Amino acid sequence: MTEIVWRFDVEGNNFELAGHASQQTKSRLKQIGVNNDIIRKVIIAMYEGEINMVIHANGGVATVTVQPNLITVVLADTGKGIENVELAMKEGYSTATTEIRELGFGAGMGLPNMKKYSDDMAIDTTVGEGTTITMKFKI
Amino acid sequence: MTLREVANITQAQIISGQELLDTEVISACGSDMMSDVLAHVKNQSVLVTGLINPQVVRTALMMDMKCICFVRGKIPDEKVIEIASENNIVIMATNITMFEACGKLFSRGLRGGD
Repeated sequence: MTEIVWRFDVEGNNFELAGHASQQTKSRLKQIGVNNDIIRKVIIAMYEGEINMVIHANGGVATVTVQPNLITVVLADTGKGIENVELAMKEGYSTATTEIRELGFGAGMGLPNMKKYSDDMAIDTTVGEGTTITMKFKI
Repeated sequence: MTLREVANITQAQIISGQELLDTEVISACGSDMMSDVLAHVKNQSVLVTGLINPQVVRTALMMDMKCICFVRGKIPDEKVIEIASENNIVIMATNITMFEACGKLFSRGLRGGD
């Protein structure tokens, strides 16, 4: 295997479709025979990130790159950016609306879960311009 | 226990996946907070929840769960049932509360999983 790249458009504020990119990624990773424990970590982190893009950032693009020893998930949006990354990383801190909470999200676990399940996570964000989150998972 | 027994124990009605009721499960998780399900669930096959939006099925799907048991008389809409059916997840619904459903299942042998 050399390198496989999958790209998904994530539609903002479409809660019915939210999670579709992660679901697709999950079945494709299964198809190419990635270990289930690795898939689980990738998918939990990616799904939380995808939900964040749908909720907070008016959507964006998710790119998954699979290399022999590494899976990289890049979630890029042109949303409002994260004002205080340190605060956003705190478990329980959330700016989500009641509507989001009714979906079972918005408990302030998104970014903490993403950090917990990835081997490395980098957040590049500018208020008013957008956020790019890069997560790496060792295979 | 089988999913058929899960339905009997929780007095649930099968909404979809009738043909999958012989599937064996050993663990379950009860939550209305999908982030918590994602954070803490490992190898649990039954999700007991009172939330009925599509994200519940997607979360169950991400976690390889076999069954969602909706509590408190909640019935999901067609879209939710469709996603579940496409992915072989059994949907059942009961009038009892989450506390009762979890208690009954626990007392009959289902556990929280590892």
